Parts: sequence; C-alpha cells; structure tokens
Amino acid sequence: MKVFMLGWEFPPFISGGLGTACYGLTKAISKLGTEIVFVLPRAAQSSHSSHVKMLSAEGYIKTEELSDFQNVRFKAIVSPLRPYIPSQVHGGSEDRRKNNLFSTWHNNPSEHTQIYSHDIYEQVCRYARKAAEIASIEDFDVIHAHDWMTYPAGVEVAHLSGKPLVVHVHSTEFDRSGEHINQAIYDIERHGMHAAERIIAVSNYTKNIIVNRYGISPDKVEVVYNGVESNNGTPIQRLPNKSDKIVLFLGRITMQKGPEYFIAAAKKVLEKINNVKFIMAGEGDMTHRMIEYAAWLGIGHKVFFTRFLRGADVDRAYQMADLYVMPSVSEPFGIAPLEAIKHGVPVLISKQSGIAETLKNALKVDFWDIDQMANKMVAVLKYSPLSRTLSEYGNIETGKFRWEDSAAKVNKIYKEMLACTPVRI
Amino acid sequence: MASVCFYFQVHQPYRLRNYTIFNTDSSYFDDDKNAQICRKVANKCYLPANSLISDLIKKYNGRFKVSYSITGVLLEQLETYAPEVLASFQELAATGCVEFLAETYYHGLSFLYSHNEFIEQIEAHKRTIQRLFVQTPRVFRNTELIYNNQLAELIDRIGGFDVILAEGADHVLGYRSPNFVYSPPKCKHLKLLLKNYRLSDDIAFRFSNRGWSQWPLNADKFAGWVNAVNGCGFVVNLFMDYETFGEHQWEDTGIFNFLRHLPAEILKYPDNNFKTPSEAAAAYDAVDIIDVPYTISWADIERDLSAWLGNPMQHNALAELYRLEEAVKQTKNKDIIRDWRKLQISDHFYYMCTKWFADGDVHKYFNPYDSPYDSYINFMNVLDNLDSRCNGKLIEREDISIDSNKNVLYPV
Repeated sequence: MKVFMLGWEFPPFISGGLGTACYGLTKAISKLGTEIVFVLPRAAQSSHSSHVKMLSAEGYIKTEELSDFQNVRFKAIVSPLRPYIPSQVHGGSEDRRKNNLFSTWHNNPSEHTQIYSHDIYEQVCRYARKAAEIASIEDFDVIHAHDWMTYPAGVEVAHLSGKPLVVHVHSTEFDRSGEHINQAIYDIERHGMHAAERIIAVSNYTKNIIVNRYGISPDKVEVVYNGVESNNGTPIQRLPNKSDKIVLFLGRITMQKGPEYFIAAAKKVLEKINNVKFIMAGEGDMTHRMIEYAAWLGIGHKVFFTRFLRGADVDRAYQMADLYVMPSVSEPFGIAPLEAIKHGVPVLISKQSGIAETLKNALKVDFWDIDQMANKMVAVLKYSPLSRTLSEYGNIETGKFRWEDSAAKVNKIYKEMLACTPVRI
Repeated sequence: MASVCFYFQVHQPYRLRNYTIFNTDSSYFDDDKNAQICRKVANKCYLPANSLISDLIKKYNGRFKVSYSITGVLLEQLETYAPEVLASFQELAATGCVEFLAETYYHGLSFLYSHNEFIEQIEAHKRTIQRLFVQTPRVFRNTELIYNNQLAELIDRIGGFDVILAEGADHVLGYRSPNFVYSPPKCKHLKLLLKNYRLSDDIAFRFSNRGWSQWPLNADKFAGWVNAVNGCGFVVNLFMDYETFGEHQWEDTGIFNFLRHLPAEILKYPDNNFKTPSEAAAAYDAVDIIDVPYTISWADIERDLSAWLGNPMQHNALAELYRLEEAVKQTKNKDIIRDWRKLQISDHFYYMCTKWFADGDVHKYFNPYDSPYDSYINFMNVLDNLDSRCNGKLIEREDISIDSNKNVLYPV
C-alpha cells in the first residue's frame, strides 16, 4: 500500500495541533508497513529558487527517529503557506477585512523578513499544481489530504491519477471563525469534502459539523481520534514549592480558543482565592486585547502572558501548572489537554470540543459558562483529592489514545477505499 | 420446607441542587426535582406495587407476606409529595402481613464513621416507624446491607433487635448456602438472614434482559427454582429495591404480572410458604456462625464498600462530613443539624464513584451528574457552606455566652 499524503505542517515547523497530529499519524502508519510520500509546503529560503525541493527525511526527523519513518519520503514545495489565519476582529468592510487578513498572514512574526505578494488562494492553487507534478512521477494507491489548504491539491491529484481521495478534517472554517466564516475557504473545504471518496473527522463533534454544515452524508464520514505520544513510563516531573497555585491557558490567543472566557473566569476565581496566578501561554491576534482586558478587570497583576512557548518551555509551563484550562469556543479535537494530563496536570475543557466527548477524567464546562468555569477552577485549587483523582485516573486514561490505533483505523479506510474503487480502463 | 422471605428496600435521596462556590444561601436541595422524581416513582412503582401487594395479601388470606425497609428521608418526601403512597403503606401495615424494618434514618454510612450518629439515627427511624405504622421494628438492616462482625456487636449492644439482614456474599459463605439462618460470632441470640443474590438478582437485574439464557422469566419457572431449595435450605431471602417493580423494570416487561402470579406458583408446592424476616428467624435455628471480619455490602460484583469509598474524593468527602459532626451538633441549630444529616445520604457518595465510570452502566442510570467529579465538586461546595454556617453559629453563641457573663459580673 502506497499513500500520497498532502500536509502543510510537520515538526519542527508547526504552529498548532495539526503538525503534531500529522507527525504521530504518519509515524504509526509507516510502522504498519504502509509507504507514504509526504508532500509539504516549506517556506522559501532566499538561497533556493527552485519550487520543488526533494528532501530526505533528515530535514524533518531527528536522526534517532529515522527508523520509525523508514517508509516515509518527504517532498517539499516551496511556499509561504501557513495553516492558521489569525482571525480579524477589528475588521471594517468586507474588503478591508480580507486585505487585513492577508497582510496579517503575510506578516507572520516568524517570517517578517519574507514578503509575499501573492494571494493566498493563488498559493493554494500553486501548491495543488506542484503536488500534481510530483504525483505524476510517483506511484501510489490512495491520496490522503490534511485540512483545507491541501484539498484542492488532493482533488487535482485524484482527478489526474484516478486514485481515491480521503480528506482528513482536523478543523473546519466554523471552528476557526465561528459564524463569520470566510466564504472562499468554506467553498474549498466543501468542494474537497464532496469530491473525496471518504472523510476522516477527528471527532464526532467535527463529524456533526461536516454533516450539518457541509451537507455530507454521515455514512461517508469516519471518526478517527488523534493519539498522544506515550511518555514511556518516564516519571511525571512537577516543579515543587510554589507559593502560588497556577492555572494555565496554553494555545493560540484567538477567538477560537476562548481566551476572554478564561480571563473572565479568572476574575471570579480571584474573588474566592487569592494565592493563584493565571498564565496565558501563546500568541495570537487577541493577545493585546487580552492584556488590556485583564488590566481593565483589575487583575493584570495576576494574569501573566508568556507569549509563544517552545519545547522545554512548554514542558516547564505544564510542570508548574496546577490546572490546565482549554476554554475553546470550538475545538475539533484538542491534543493539548492530553499533553497536560501526561504531565500530571488536571484539566478543565470546554464541552465544545472533540476531546470532551471521549475523555472521561476531565472537568467539562460550556465555554460561555463563566460561573461554572470559575466554580470548577476553584474546586481543583481548593479540594486536593479532586486534583489528585483527576490527574491519577486521567493519566491512566491517556493510554487509550494511541496513534497505533488511529493508524490502524486509517489503514482500514485505505483498504476499504481500494476495495470499492472501480478499475479505470 | 422452603420459606420465601421478601424484603423490599424503599428509598429516594434528597438530591442536591447545582451549588457553586459562589453560592452563599443555605438551600442545598433541588426541591422541584426531588418532588418530581418522588411523584414519578410513586406513579410508576409505589402505588401500583402497593396495590398489587395488598390484593395478594387479601387473595391469599394472610399466606402472602412481605417486609419493607423505608428510609426516613423517603417517608418525609412521601408525606410532602405523595401522601397517598404513605397511606397505602399504612394500609399494608394494618394487614398484619407486612413487617417494617429499621435502618439509619438518613440511609447513610454513619456506621463507618460515627457510632453515636449511627445509634441516634436508628432511634429516630424506629420512632418514625412506630408513629406511622404502629409497629416496633425487631429487624435491622444497614444501608446497602453494609455489614461486618462489629455491626452485629453494635446492634447487639443497642438492643431491641433479633435479626440483621446481610448480603449472602460468596466470599463470606464459602461452601455454605444462603438458604439457612446463621448467627454472628459473638452475639449468638442475634440471627442473620443472608440474601440469596442469584434468585434476587434474577428478578431485580436480569428479569428483562433478553440476552439472558433464562429470559423470559415467568412465575412458574422461578417458583421451580425456589422449590429446588427444598432439601438443602429453609429460607430463600429475596432482597431487592422496591423500585424493581415498575421503575428499574418497567411495567411492559411484565414484572407486575410476574409478581401477581408468583404466590400461587410458590404455594402450589405444599411445603412452601412466605415469611417475614422476624418469622423466618423465629422459625429456624441458626445452623452456623458467620464470621465477617471485613465489611461487605450488596453493591456491585465486589460486594464491598468500593461504590462509596473507592477513590480519594469519596474518602475525603465522607471524612470531611463527619469531621463536622461535633461542630454541627454544638450549634444546637435544627436546620444545620438537619442539613448535615441530609448530606449523609449514601447516594451523594455513590454519585462520586469512578469504578464503572469508563464503561458507564448501572451507576450512570441512577446518577444525576455528568461525572463523579461534578458530584464531588457540588457536594464539597455545599459542605463548605455548611462549615461556614457552623462557624457563624458557634461564634454567635460564644458572643451570647460572653454577654451573659457580663451581665452576671456587672449587674445593672
């Protein structure tokens, strides 16, 4: 079995859960003996002028992990693609919003030296064209496209090769933008979902959106939960002897992640408990507004903004935390809470998430229910047996989120697609 | 001779309302919901089942007998929300074929935490039974059939009881059968009736299970199983929740018809009869001593305490609750003492059980909360408020006593 896989982020070049998911899933599928050609966009480096770059796995994978990826080959398409468009809240007219949106996109802080003048949809189309070029010289049985930016490429390759396409929905426009969706992105998603043979959704929560908002028959959509890398029995490390309790928000500070509900709840918690700090780790278009909001509520001295954290700093944040909160307005899955639990941190997650439908040992709340959110935050900080039970049982439960299981399900979907694909004459 | 001994547990808790840490009032219970559930269960179970039992008693002219243990908290709720149910229980009491048992008034776990409270609650329950049913209970059953040697000794010390009911757990009985009368090690004049859990659960749990090889269960078949006891036992103790009839097993499963036809089928064999627990214990000698050093109950397959004391939250909630006992009682405030006692209802801790949480099953059916964590949080918030109320009252009382001292020292 050979898979032509289309993605747009992969560690270490990631900005969210998508890259983590692609990494875990690819590794596990590869271990099942399925061969993968993984096509990725990669930011242009000034010294390179070619549009398609062949890469050995070394470009992506640490040497010690190479054996895990021996069935995977990576192909990079030079492109400025970034998966998450920061939402624009202060936008004026539709046109201005659109322009803002693209300027923000292109002014991504980590790449501020590069200036792209291309329209994003042009980029998506170019990625599709280049992917098709790569496909023409590759041999494969199925096409697997991750999230909307690669759907046109998937559809194009499927059209040219006649091979079946599965699109993997890690998030939808409704998750990212609420009701104020970007019509063009919605159209791309919708077209990709309808053109695909099968659809993989990361949760029933996402499946419902696909069925209700994109007009897809439920039979066509398969739910495959994400996994989480096991910590292989390494003991949980905690930073001891803090004088204050710490409540952690870790994620992009954007509308989708519900940062304002976190701060509003923090305000209420501080009415009951004083020795507690709130840490907001992450970056996003709402960061400045959130700093102002905390100050306006008079709790600026209790809410700390770390900005974007990487690697060891992320681990440290988890190690310090007494509670992790994910107040997302709409979260297709939510790997971060599983990461938190792996660090021994109890979690409070919004019911508007995929993970809430399957994770039992977590506190759950509607993202808009500030009173309950604060109530549960106080409970974890105040009643230590609660925190102990959540982290102990939660840790055991994370064992059920195995990439091996996800990969087996995906592999089964590949086989089913092949079994019912008509032979082209 | 095989005697069938029916004991029905009749209980509904006071469920808590949603109470956050930001609430400061002292109304902890969801009166609307409790009233609603009480009336619903009254209509589906208590009223039709009582009427059926009454018919059967009349029909068999005193040969059909049953016993009930009705918790104090349910009796209160019935008085308020469904007085007609209470009246029908009183009518049953008047037939002379119905025995009422004693238990802790608040259906709690006080035996495990405070013997003083345990004794006070049994007394309170006994008084209530006397008042409502004009009977003095001689049979004791502890909450959820929680039992060990120490319980028997305590009941012996309290006095006034001849019989204790307990679970016929395999690990306690060993090779022995639950169909005999036993006694505890140190109190030989007390007798133990042990639940025949196979036959009891055939009715209570498996009756409507279509996956069960014996489905459908009819009275004829069941009476055959009971009759098979003849020759190696005297008494078949069928202990179950009364809500089995019409609430756990809905009417359309045929559960009422089953009960309607059971006495005739049992009595078809001339050796058989029905006995109340007191009669059964009086009729048969104890054949052996049952030693129960570890605590047993009738819950789940473990038959132990793990449904109420299986995780750190449950241990903590119970320990904190009983830690307040002294302060609560010192306030001498009726409302505070009553609220504290209502918090002892074992259901609150059952809701916190994480044991079968992953699978979600019988616990889920009885659970008003989405998760054990939510129930713990809610309970602890209420307890936190009760704690503050206690402190408030105690400080007030101190102020008063200081003031009164002043008056003595400096008379006007």
